[in-house]
Amino acid sequence: MGARLLRPRPRADERRSHGAALAIERISKSYDTREGAEVLALDQTDFTVAPGEFVAVVGPSGCGKSTLLSLIAGLTPASSGRITIDGEEVKRPHPKIGVVFQTDLLLYWRTIVDNILLPIEIKGWNRRAYLPRVHELLEQVGLGDFGQKYPTELSGGMRQRVAICRALVQNPGLLLMDEPFGALDALTREQMVIDLQSMWSSVGNTVIFITHSIEEAIFLADRVLVMSPRPGRVDLDLRIDIPRPRGWKNRIEQKFADYMTQVRAVFEARGVLSKE
Amino acid sequence: MPDAPPIKRKKRYGRTLLESLAAPSLSLLILVVWQVAVPAAGLSSFVLPTPWEIVGRIGGDYRLLLANAAVTVSEMLAGFAIAAVAGIVTGLGIFYSRLFERAFYPLLVALNTIPKVVLAPLLVLYLGYGFAPKCFLAFVLAYFPIVIATVVGLQSLDKGMVSLVRSMGASETQVFFKVRLPAALPNLFGGFKVGISLSIIGAVIGEYVAAEHGLGYVQLQASSQFDTTLSFAAVVVIGVIGVVLFLALDMLERRAVFQRDAAK
Repeated sequence: MGARLLRPRPRADERRSHGAALAIERISKSYDTREGAEVLALDQTDFTVAPGEFVAVVGPSGCGKSTLLSLIAGLTPASSGRITIDGEEVKRPHPKIGVVFQTDLLLYWRTIVDNILLPIEIKGWNRRAYLPRVHELLEQVGLGDFGQKYPTELSGGMRQRVAICRALVQNPGLLLMDEPFGALDALTREQMVIDLQSMWSSVGNTVIFITHSIEEAIFLADRVLVMSPRPGRVDLDLRIDIPRPRGWKNRIEQKFADYMTQVRAVFEARGVLSKE
Repeated sequence: MPDAPPIKRKKRYGRTLLESLAAPSLSLLILVVWQVAVPAAGLSSFVLPTPWEIVGRIGGDYRLLLANAAVTVSEMLAGFAIAAVAGIVTGLGIFYSRLFERAFYPLLVALNTIPKVVLAPLLVLYLGYGFAPKCFLAFVLAYFPIVIATVVGLQSLDKGMVSLVRSMGASETQVFFKVRLPAALPNLFGGFKVGISLSIIGAVIGEYVAAEHGLGYVQLQASSQFDTTLSFAAVVVIGVIGVVLFLALDMLERRAVFQRDAAK
């Protein structure tokens, strides 16, 4: 508790947070199955992310992408290796992180505004000081009039936008997203990707974006990390040189297609995708 | 098509009005048939009193009924209160401790298969004729559904919710009060509602076996004197107590628990 009191509280009006630096150092994670066998989910994974960088992690199902995110979030302990956020080793959830999960996980008994204020409440900060920030975020995602509604009154896409607002309310240095658009329909998904890009450019934090969509990863990220099937490790670290803001037209450029081919090639080599 | 919606709405309104009147009308019909059929069939009030006779008896003997109702209500409320506290504590133990669950849960399920009212004669032996055996029976009957409701309610929470609030840096106490408890409340109130109805049964059965006060005792006395009307009067009072307590819990629930569908 003492450490929390000494740490200066971030000001609610602080617009651009400083993106946090992330280092994954030789991380391995194994699970015990019911039968007693040990399954290696992540094998000596190693990479660093610079402050303010947008990194997408793509990989087949079961390659340990979600495990990786859970380790960075401090929700699961690693079997070996270490993870640091701004130089501090992650042993429990780091105060600088915000997490968006695959489902929105909104609390149905709270209004939209109260849902977004949940992290502020848990950290014991002043709710009122963050109200302008909440409304600004809602405005940004086009839900300005929905603050007093309940989650059941919103569509799936709207709810996931609220979940993103909730992760961003405290200006996290590191935003972790675990297949955040996986449960949405294709059209909603496309718009969400555009919206996420514009929100990120106004906040400027570091993002780890887990997805199984190659296209989504290339469109959004500064860097795409391609993971091998289990045990997961980084097979390809691809820098995406497409100027921002990116729009749908970038998707039909040759350059975009070349990146797609490069990522596909890794999956083809691993037998995840066929060559036809 | 512009004029279609209002017509539809009007039709719908008419139907809901009819539906809301359905239950009271049927009840009234049954009472009228009862009132008319009993004298027509030549039944004496000793066999089956008419509703009007029962109402008259409640009015005439209201002091007796009220005094004994107070005894029964205090027995069952005390039993229910103990069951609520003990049930929640047990439920929390089962939810949080694997060892406690392994040790206690099978035993609890096994004991629950015993029809608990058969304990009543034994309770007289151990706890006497007074307040204690009735209170205990009310407690035993209400306890199990509250334990189950607590456990099921706590387990109903999406595990992702726990990860979510943990990622925000929540302590286990915060996890409990911010998500576990609110998510468990609808189930918990379900358990309370079942429990309160069962605790009335517990108290009255306890009085049937051995008592000197209470509505069960009044019924027993009335039967031994072939006073069927008084016995029916006691039944009505017990019924009213049940309904009133159930509605009280329902009101409390509306205040404490967010109605998931109400917002739709």
